[in-house]
Amino acid sequence: MDFAFSEEQEMLRRSAREFLAKECSPKIVRRLMEGGDGYDPALWKKITDLGWTALGIPEAYGGVGTFLDLIVVLEEAGRALLPGPFFSTMALAVPVLIEAGTEVQKKEALNAIAVGSARATLAFTEPSGRWDAGGIGLKATQAGGGWRLDGVKLFVPDAERADYTVVVARTRGEGEDGITLFLVKGKPAGMSVRPLETLDMTRRWSEVRFDGVQLDAETMMGAPGKAWPRLKRALEWATAALCAEMVGGVQKVLETSTEYAKTRHQFGKPIGIYQAVSHKLADMLVLSESGRSATYYAAWAVDADASDRALASSMAKAYVSDAYRKVAGDGIQVHGGIGFTWEHDMHLYFKRAKSSEVTLGDATYHRELVAQALDL
Amino acid sequence: MDFELSGSERAFRDEVRAWLKANAPSDRDGDGDLKAFIDRRREWQRKLHEAGYVGITWPKEFGGRGGSFMDQLIFNDEMILAHAPEPINVIGLGMGGPVVIAHGTQEQKKRYLPPLLSAQEIWCQGFSEPNAGSDLSGLQTRAEDQGDHYLVNGQKVWTTLAHVAKWCMLVARERKEANPREGLTYLLVDMESPGVEVRPLVQITGDAEFNEIFFKDVKVSKSQILGEPGNGWAVAMTTLLHERGTLGLALATRAQITASELAEHARKLGRGSDPLVRQKIAQHTIEARALQLNGYRAVTAVKRSGIPGPEGSILKLMWSELNQRMTETAMDIAGPASQVKDGDGWKYQFLRSRANTIEAGTSEVLRNILAERVLGLPRSR
Repeated sequence: MDFAFSEEQEMLRRSAREFLAKECSPKIVRRLMEGGDGYDPALWKKITDLGWTALGIPEAYGGVGTFLDLIVVLEEAGRALLPGPFFSTMALAVPVLIEAGTEVQKKEALNAIAVGSARATLAFTEPSGRWDAGGIGLKATQAGGGWRLDGVKLFVPDAERADYTVVVARTRGEGEDGITLFLVKGKPAGMSVRPLETLDMTRRWSEVRFDGVQLDAETMMGAPGKAWPRLKRALEWATAALCAEMVGGVQKVLETSTEYAKTRHQFGKPIGIYQAVSHKLADMLVLSESGRSATYYAAWAVDADASDRALASSMAKAYVSDAYRKVAGDGIQVHGGIGFTWEHDMHLYFKRAKSSEVTLGDATYHRELVAQALDL
Repeated sequence: MDFELSGSERAFRDEVRAWLKANAPSDRDGDGDLKAFIDRRREWQRKLHEAGYVGITWPKEFGGRGGSFMDQLIFNDEMILAHAPEPINVIGLGMGGPVVIAHGTQEQKKRYLPPLLSAQEIWCQGFSEPNAGSDLSGLQTRAEDQGDHYLVNGQKVWTTLAHVAKWCMLVARERKEANPREGLTYLLVDMESPGVEVRPLVQITGDAEFNEIFFKDVKVSKSQILGEPGNGWAVAMTTLLHERGTLGLALATRAQITASELAEHARKLGRGSDPLVRQKIAQHTIEARALQLNGYRAVTAVKRSGIPGPEGSILKLMWSELNQRMTETAMDIAGPASQVKDGDGWKYQFLRSRANTIEAGTSEVLRNILAERVLGLPRSR
C-alpha cells in the first residue's frame, strides 16, 4: 500500500499551482465571474495546451495521463476557484462518455475534448434537484427513425458553451429502469439555454429546455432504458473528482485563515495566540486532512475499479460537503469583518462550498447511500 | 497511490483471518468483573503472541515479528473484521516497547521487551500527578541520586493497569532547573518494589480501572534509567508521540469496531429504518473510515520520511470525540433501556468514553499541538 501521489504527480501539482497563480489569480476569477458566461477562450487555450483536457481519457481516444493525474489538477483548480468548463467537461461529461459512449461517439467527442477543441457538459438534474435515477423525468420517445426529447433540465453547468451535452432521459418506467442517455451535439432546434443567476458566481448554471428536439438514432449512448448502471459508475468518478476540487478549496481557506491569524493583532497580540481562534483552526485542519484522506481513497478506488468504489465516493462526498461548508464559514469568522466584505476572497470559497455541496448529491443523500451499504 | 495488497501481504492477511476466525474470543469490554476481564485479556495476548501477532513491527531478536507497518495495518483490519478484543498490555505495546526500542540500551531491550510482548509483564505509565496534568513539566515526584540508585518519592494518578503492572514508566524530577523541562529523569520502576502502594480510583463507571500510585522511599537501580539522567523530557516526548501516533492506528481500528457494533445494535433493535438513525450511523461510519485513512496517510508519510509527526494528534483527537458521539447514539437508540442493567451493552462505553477526551492528552492540549506544531500558530503559553 502506498497512500500518496507519485513524484511525477507532485511535480504536476507544483506546475499546476504555479500556472493557476498566474493565469487564474483572484483578479482574473473575479473578472470572469462578473461578466459574460464565465468562459475565457484564451485561458481555455492555455489549459488545453498544458494537456489538462487529455487527463483521464484513454489513449485510444487521444488521452494522455491518468484519472489520478486529473485529480491532482482538479484539486489545484478548486484551490484557485477556476471558473469555466474545465470541471463540467472533465469531471461530468468525460466519465459518462467513457462509461457509456458508443465507439463512434467516444472517437469523436473524447478526441475533440482531449485536443481542446470541444467542451462538454452533463444535463442530469431537473426541477426536483434529485441526483438519483428517480429524479429523471425528461421524456425520450421514438420518432422519425430517431428520438424526440421533451422536458426541462435545471442547474446544468456551463451549458451555453458546451459543444456536447450528455442528456439523461427516460424512455420508459421509473427509477433505475428506463434511463437512457443521449449525446447532443451543439444546440439543435427546440433546445434552448437560459442562464440562471447563481449564488456561486464562479459556476454557471442554466435551465436547458427540450421542446420536441429531434435526434438521430446514433445519438443514443448504449441501449435504451439500460443506462443507469453505467451512468452510476460515471457519477462515482465525477463525485471523487468534485471532492478533489473541494479539498483544494478547503486547504486554501485553511492556509489563508491561518496566515491571517498569525498577522492580525488585537489586544497587542496576534489573534492566533488565543485558543478561541487557534482551536477553531485546529478543527479546520482536522476537517481538511480527513476530507483529503477520504477523497484520495475514493479517487484511487474509482481509478482501480475497487469493489468499494461507490461506497468510497459517497463517504468522501458526505464528509467533504459538510467539511467545506464548515471550514469556509469558520474562515469568514476568523477573518472578522474583513472576511464579510465583497473585496475579500473568503466569500467566493463560502459560495463555492455551497454550490459544490448540492452538486452530485449533498451529504444527507450520500449518507443514506452509505446507510444502504451498511445494510441498515 | 496503491491500496492493492501484494502476494505476500495477501497471504499474511489470509493467514491472520483464518487464525482469528478460529481463536478470537467473543466477550465484550465491561462484561463481568475487572479481574476476570484482565485475566481473559492477558490470556488472549499470550495466545496472540504465541501465534506471532504481537509486536508485529518490533525487531525479531526481542520477540517481535520484524514485520512492516503494512503487516500491522493488515493485522489491525483483520482484528476489526473478526470483532476481536485488544490485547491486555495496551500501554506497554503502544508506548513502553517503542520507547525502550528508541532510547533503551541493548541490555534493557533484552530484559524488557520479550515479557512485555507475551503479557507476562504488564506496563503502566506514571506521568500525571494531582498537580501536573496537561502541564507535565510541573510534576513534583522526586528522584534523589543515591550513587548506584535513586530514591523515589511522590504520587502519580490516573494510572491505567497499575494494580496489575510489573513496570511503571515514571518521569520524576532529579534537579530543579530554570527551565522545568530540564532536570527530569525517566525511570522504569518495578511495581513490586517496597514503598510502592497502589490505590484503586473508582471512576464514573463504578469500576476501578485507574489507580493512584504512592512512592515512598522507593529504591530504583540506575540500570533502570531510560535515556540520560536529567534528560527525561525527551524520552517522555517520544512516549507521547507513540501514544498518539502508533496508538492512533489502534484507535482507528477501534473506531471501526465500534461503528460496526453500533450498526448491529440498530439492526437488532429494529431502528435501522429510522432516517435519523441511518443518517447518524452513516456519519459515524464515515468519520471512523476517514480516521483510519488519515492513519494510512500518516503511515505512508512515516515510510517516506522516517519520523512520525504531530499528525498523530489528529488521530487521537478525532477518535476520542467520535467515540463519545458513537456511544451517545447507541444510548439514544436504546431509549429508556439504555438506563437499566448494562444498557444493552453500551452503558459502560457511554460512561467510559467521557475519559477519552481527557486521557493521553486532553482535546484542548491536542488542539494546541495541532495549532502550534502543524499550523505554526504562536504559542499560547
